[in-house]
Parts: sequence; C-alpha cells; structure tokens
Amino acid sequence: MTAIPPTVENQAASAAAAEADTVANAIATPEREQPYAALGLTEGEYLKIREILGRRPTSGELAMYSVMWSEHCSYKSSKNYLRKFGKKVTPEMTKNLMVGMGENAGVVDIGQGWAVTFKVESHNSPSYVEPFQGAATGVGGIVRDIISMGARPVAVMDQLRFGDIDHPDTARVLHGVTGGISFYGNCLGLPNIGGETVFDPIYQGNPLVNALAVGVLRHEDLHLANASGVGNKVVLFGARTGADGIGGASILSSVAFEEDGPSKRPAVQVGDPFAEKVLIECCLEMYRDELVEGIQDLGAAGISCATSELAANGDGGMFVELSNTLLRNPNLTPEEILMSESQERMMAVVTPEKLDAFLAVAAKWDVETSVMGEVTDTGRLIINWHGEEIVNVDPSTVAVDGPVYDRPVAYPTWLDALRADRGEALPRATEGSELREQFLSIVASPNQADKSWITDQYDYYVLGNTALSFPDDGGMIRVDEETGLGIAIATDANGRFCQLDPRQGAKLALAEAYRNVAVTGAVPAAVTDCLNFGSPENPEVMWQFSEAVDGLSDACLELGIPVTGGNVSFYNQTGDTPIFPTPVVGVLGVIDNVADRTPSGWQDDGENLYLLGTTHEELSGSAWAGTVHSHLGGTPPEVDLPGEIVLGELLRAASAEGLVSAAHDLADGGLAQTLAEGVLRFGVGARIWLGDIIERDGVDTTTALFSESTGRVLVSVRREDDVRFRGLCEGRGYPVQRIGVTDASSNTLEVQDVFTVGLDELRTAHVDTLPKRFA
Amino acid sequence: MTHRIGVVTFPGSLDDRDAQRAIRIAGAEPVALWHADHDLQGVDAIVLPGGFSYGDYLRAGAIAARAPIMTEVISAANAGMPVLGICNGFQMLTEAHLLPGGLIRNEKGNFIRRDQGLIVESTDTAWSNAFTQGQEIVIPLKNGEGGFIASNEELDRLEGEGRVVFRYSGVNPNGSMRDIAGISNAAGNVVGLMPHPEHAVEPGFGPDTADAMRSGTDGLGFFASALTALLAV
Repeated sequence: MTAIPPTVENQAASAAAAEADTVANAIATPEREQPYAALGLTEGEYLKIREILGRRPTSGELAMYSVMWSEHCSYKSSKNYLRKFGKKVTPEMTKNLMVGMGENAGVVDIGQGWAVTFKVESHNSPSYVEPFQGAATGVGGIVRDIISMGARPVAVMDQLRFGDIDHPDTARVLHGVTGGISFYGNCLGLPNIGGETVFDPIYQGNPLVNALAVGVLRHEDLHLANASGVGNKVVLFGARTGADGIGGASILSSVAFEEDGPSKRPAVQVGDPFAEKVLIECCLEMYRDELVEGIQDLGAAGISCATSELAANGDGGMFVELSNTLLRNPNLTPEEILMSESQERMMAVVTPEKLDAFLAVAAKWDVETSVMGEVTDTGRLIINWHGEEIVNVDPSTVAVDGPVYDRPVAYPTWLDALRADRGEALPRATEGSELREQFLSIVASPNQADKSWITDQYDYYVLGNTALSFPDDGGMIRVDEETGLGIAIATDANGRFCQLDPRQGAKLALAEAYRNVAVTGAVPAAVTDCLNFGSPENPEVMWQFSEAVDGLSDACLELGIPVTGGNVSFYNQTGDTPIFPTPVVGVLGVIDNVADRTPSGWQDDGENLYLLGTTHEELSGSAWAGTVHSHLGGTPPEVDLPGEIVLGELLRAASAEGLVSAAHDLADGGLAQTLAEGVLRFGVGARIWLGDIIERDGVDTTTALFSESTGRVLVSVRREDDVRFRGLCEGRGYPVQRIGVTDASSNTLEVQDVFTVGLDELRTAHVDTLPKRFA
Repeated sequence: MTHRIGVVTFPGSLDDRDAQRAIRIAGAEPVALWHADHDLQGVDAIVLPGGFSYGDYLRAGAIAARAPIMTEVISAANAGMPVLGICNGFQMLTEAHLLPGGLIRNEKGNFIRRDQGLIVESTDTAWSNAFTQGQEIVIPLKNGEGGFIASNEELDRLEGEGRVVFRYSGVNPNGSMRDIAGISNAAGNVVGLMPHPEHAVEPGFGPDTADAMRSGTDGLGFFASALTALLAV
C-alpha cells in the first residue's frame, strides 16, 4: 500500500506541532543540512552566519538572516554607493535636516515649529504578480513608514511604469495597479496629489510601481523607532499575522523572475485599508497622549525586521515570546511567523507604567494587541517559542552588519553605438502641415497623453488642504491652516535619458523635479529617491547604478538640497533584459503661504506668454524622437544646475510678488507639449510666435517646438505686471523672450506661420488615448 | 448664540475633520461625536461625514447605521433635528431607514472624483434653503458606490413630494436613477447626498470656477441653510 502524503494544511499543522528547532537543538545537531539556498542565501553568506553564531543557525535564525540579508532589506549591493549621498553634503544642506538617511523616513524642518517627513519606495515585483494587491500594499507600506516617525500622513503619489500600451497584458497590470492605489489610498483618506505614468515595452515583464507618502508633524512629536529603556514592553498591534507574503517583498524583490518559474503569488501581501486607517488614528492618538517610546512599522521581513531593527537601534537587547503573536492562521510555524509580511501591523515600545493606557487606546479603536516581550540589556535578541529558545543573536548582525558587496562594474558594450546614433540627425519636417501632424501625434502618444482617466479615480480633496494636484507640475499641501505654510512635491525620472547616460539622466530627473517644485512658487528643500534598476549581478547594470548615484549625489550637492531617504530596487528585468535605469527623484519644497502658489495653466485673456531659458538643438531621447521616429539614441540634454537655481529663485520671487498667473515647466515633448497643456488646463487658447526664439537661439522650427532643453519654463503674465516681470528677469540675468499672448475667444492654439489647432481637436487627441484603451 | 453642529466619527470616517472645518467656516461651532457613545452632547444639528466606515464591509453604511450613537441620531432626526448625510453618511441614512432607496456601485465600476454640477430641485429643506430653486452649484463628488436606486413607486413619490433635493447636472457620474444626487425625508430636516459640500467652502481648496482655480465655495450654502433653519426653530 502506498503511503498518502499529508495535505498542505496538515504539513503545516504537523510542523507547528513538532518540536521547534531550538538553540539547544542547533548546538546538538551541528551537521544538519539547512535549506539556505532556497531561502536566497549564498553558501558564503550561510558560512558567515555560522561564524557569527559559532554554531549552525536554528531554522528560525536562518529565516531571520535570510530575509534581513536579502537585497531588498540589506542593500548589500548598493550600500557602498549610497554612502555617497551622506558624504556629499555641506553644513548648509543639513541644517534643516532633523532626521537623515537610514531611518524609516527623513525629516525636514520647514519652519514655524513644523516638520515634514517623506519617502518614495518601490513595490514593483508584487505589482506584476498581483497588480491590485501589490500596488495597494505599496501605498500601505510607505504610509506606515511615515507614521513610525510620529507624523500624520497627509498625501500620497505614485510613480508608475507600464509596458507597451497596446500589449494585451498591460491592461491587466494597469487596471490592477490603478485600482489598487485608488482603493487603498481613497479608503485611507489620503489625497493623491501627483505622480507619473509612463509606458514603454522595456517594462513589459517588470512594471514599476513606486509609492511616495508625505507626513507632517510638530517638532516635539518626532519619534524614532528604537527599543530603549530596559524593562519597557514590546507590543505587537494591528492586524493579525497570517500566511500572506511569507518571504514576500524581501525574496520576491531580490531575484529576477524566470520564465516558467514557480508561481510567486503566495508571496504577495494582501491589504486591508480599513485596518490601516484605524491603525493610523490609533498610533496618532498614542503619540498625542505620549503613550509610546517608539513605533516601528512591520513591512518587508515582518517581525524579523521589526525586532532586530528596534533592538539594534536601541539598548541592544530584547526578549520576545513569539507564541504570543495573534495569528490569522493557527498552524503557522515559528519560522513562518518570523517571515510573514502580513500588512497593517506595528510594533511599539511602551513603558510598563503606560501599558494600560496604551492598551486602552488600542481597544478604543478596536485594534488587537499582544505584549510580546521586553527590552533587555543583554545585547542579544532572544526569541522563545512556547518557552523554548529558538533565536539568540546579536541583533546588529541581523539588521545592520549584513553582507556588503562590491559587485563587478562594466561599461556597457552597446552604449557607444547607441550614443553615436544621434536623434539630432533624424529627418525634420519643414511644412507646417507635417509639423501639425507630429504635434498632434506627440500630445496623443501614451506618455504625453492626458492621464486623467487614471487620476480621476484618486481623491485629492480629502483632508481639505490640497492647494495643487495633477495636472499641475507639482502637488501642494497646506500644512498650517492659520499661516498658510505649505509644501510642494514633484517626482520625475526619464528612463530613456538614463539609458543613454545614467549619470546625466539622474541629474536631469533631479533638475526636472526641482524645477517642477519651483514653478509652483515653493523653495526646493530636500530629496527622496527610488532607484529602480536591473540585476546587480550584471556588471553593466552595476555600472548604470554607479553612474546614476554619482550623478544624483553630485547634482544634490550642486543644488544644495540633501537626500533624506529612499529605496533601491534591483532585479527589475525580464529574462536577461534589464529595464532602463529609472531613478525616480522626488523633491520637496516649502512655500510660506499656499495662497501664493502658481498654477500650470492660464485662465485669463490677453496675458503675455514668456519663455524663460534658452532652447538648444537637443532632440536625442526626446518624445519627438520616440513618437515620430521610434528612435532612441544619442546623448541627453545638458543640465545647467546653477542656472536652475537662478530660475527657481526667479519663480519664487514672481510667485511671492504675484507677478505670474501661470508657470509650466518644459520637459518631455518640449515647448509644444507645454503649450498644449497650458491651453487645455482651463480651455483658454493662445497665439504663439517662434520667430524670436529661432533667431535668438539659432535653431529651426522642429527644435523650437520639440527640443527638450532644460532650464526652461513658460509663464503667463498680466499686462499690468509686464514691466515688473521683465525687470525681475533682467535683474537676475535670466534669458526671457515674449513668445505669445493668451486668447480666450479664439478657441485655438495658433503657432503663427506653422499651424493652428482648435482646442476641441487638441483635447480629443490629448485626452482620448487612455480611455480608448482602458475605459 | 453660536449653534453647535456635531460631526460623528466612525472607524473609517475620512471627511470628518473636513466637515468640522466647514462648520467652523460657516460660523457655527463643530462638535466631535464618537460612534460608540450614546451622547449627542446637546448639539443643534448633526453631520454624518464621508469615508469608508467599518471598511464598508457588508454594505456601505450598513454597520455604521447600527452603531451605538445612531439610536440617538435616529430619535433626534425623527424629532426634527437637522441631519445631513454626506456620501458614506448618505449611505448610512438609507441603511438606517431615515431616507428611502439605496446606493450601489458606480455604473462604470471605478471610483470617480470630479467637480460635479448639481441642480437645486428643492429649497424646502434644512440643508438647501439658502439656495434658489433651479440654481446650479458645483461641489466635488468622490465615491465608488454612489448610484442611487429605488423602486419606481418610491421614485415617483419622492418626485411628487418634492423630496428630490439635488439632481446631477451635465453628467450623471454614477448611474443614479433619474439623475438623483440627494434627497430629503418628508419633513425636510434630514438630507442625504453623494457629493461633498464640505469640500467647497474655502477659496483655494474647492472646485475650479470660471474666475479662478479651486475657488468654488458653493458648499457653504448647505451649512448656511442649517443655521437659518435653526434660527427659525
């Protein structure tokens, strides 16, 4: 008779019932084979763990080390590079930095006793496997990072990269991702105020779903997550621990997907925004009533991460009785509990005197709690399972001193040929009718088209403080209802530019985000980044990464704004093909009074339109090259960072003095795209002449319309402010040229001697692209 | 004397602070009420705010309609106190049988956020007397389950009794029957609607208007109406 194998459930149950692998057992059975490779550890890493412990790890310890030493949690391939962000700073850059890199999120002093914390993170791999839950839990995770600093989350935005818009799988991913963000963000009551949506076949098998959250706090409310104070209680609260996301973000994001590989779906977490909303209010009430020493969010690597990080950042010791964990699935083994990435959970450190009050607040919000253990001075993280010791480690060896690699770096073999194939050499149109056709095809192309089919699913009204949101260049939130003090945020990354030159591409991303904040009237103050790249085991990808970090850190130094935190996402590739390097850069700005903010489109008739900056013949990597010629080659535009600073100061002065009624950055699609968005913003047409630009800058019509030169902004100025505005520009020596007037009655965008397009035709071309495919 | 208007916070309420702000801007005193209490703290009127109370589990508004404080809300409403249900609050009012009909998932399935035109069909309620009959107003709409449904007889009765208070203008965003955006009870003191008046009360943070971006304040009329109704008591 053949033996019948136990079912999956029975296996789990019997594993739980069986004796756990204790420390004593590990000492007694040194030669037991351990599945380190299946958990993603190399042989070298496994031997290192044995060396640290002086014995073989227990299966619980192995689980902890494997998730905490994963690429996602340990930054082992990027750590040596990320240090540059901390080194390339001046005292001026850090004087407003209350918390820098390395904590859950950076904190910036914005004045009047207020501080802001913000961060962007990736949730790429889960969002390809299960787009809805992947994107939803991406929002949830970054919001918990913000809460753990003691801040109230006040806004989110998402940076999305999908495959070819017409590929059949793109609709699956896009519907899931936007639905998940809409569902989770709207249910949390957080306004979604901006973000990016880009389509390119390079992301077909590996979409990028980055999520940014921002929170505000009073200076005195700042909290850091660490376990200090011997005898303080360690409490796990929020949702119960289940079998979802075991090894999820950590393992999933740390290896490349393989064709025909095993399904990764069980590794995706499942989100419940209601549980998170209650958790937010509960945590904020605990902070307000000073009931907690610190709160650590549970994200990647779950309890393994929370306990080891809290202990490593505190007095160094912690004792935990793991069987106190409230479980959704009672059959979970201790290893699974340590690795579970169930959402909507937090871990707090509470003094014994305040424990009852803490538990009362949790009960008020119907949040479940379990007291897991306490802070000790042993220097060890000790975890028991039903009274038996299954983990006994130095927590810093788990959380801080993981392996660090200097991966091989190689200049890509294909890059010189790509850069020699210049976009400027592509054929150009001379006839107005042909330029008109190119213009309409660019504004209708997936990347330049209106994204309101997506953003109309996001609530930007909730909380009542949104001063700007899409389609404006940056989102803006009022922080202080009395004084009007506020913040602006914009994010950018152009993967096509980065493919041509990752160092320059990273600088361009920063310059654009900086400019997008500046056009709103805010002063750029700090940077967060999400560095999305292919496999670090590919030396050419590692070269791209190294270049991008150098470019970004150099540019931050030159602009005088520090990186306060962020995230690295490697292994973004399908098969052997890595994505374009996509360093998403977010810039935070501060504005004294949001009432002074500048919108991106003009609303009134007869205003003068001025182009700030100089137009060069820079068409390589442009939307024009991509859309009209399906071309990617050459070198990206130059960046003039000192010029961007002057431009930013000019825009801020103009905003504060009320001299400009609209300001819109020029980027993808060049002047043509900016004009289209400007006239469609409020349906007020314009009459434009390019002759002065063509003559002054020595360029042709195609360049004037479609070049993506940096440092340029289109502004709308009331006639009565004309003299003062010109004076402002001349005083700062910034190039300015009047190129047109707004015209409310014409209902057209007229580019004199080139083409005229009715606003209805333009709107249809610009707006229909997404609904035609997805509605 | 300043009138006191209560805003009930349920677990999962999202626009509760915004409703409080709107009440303050309108010149009344906002009072925070808690779902688990049996205490209206002597307020003169009540707002049930928007959000996803209890995660909208079971049906939107269904669990909240049975929360402890709803016993007092229902008695007060039946005694004539002005009660406004916004979005999730409207769903609660139908689930609590203070208003007829129900709200179902939007016709096209997606959550929708837009600046929504409304025609004021009745000025004979505690929450719409500051408007003029037939006036068009614009306030934000944002919901996933905003499709108003009722039987034909019920719809005819609502129309016949002048209890359709607001109708969608231009676009019917969610497939609501007869373009109905908001209704009242027979006495006119209880009004529910899907769009959000509390998000059109402060220049700079409301819907766009022909004059300026985000300058719409049409929502103030709802709260001004309640204050007028309270003065008449």
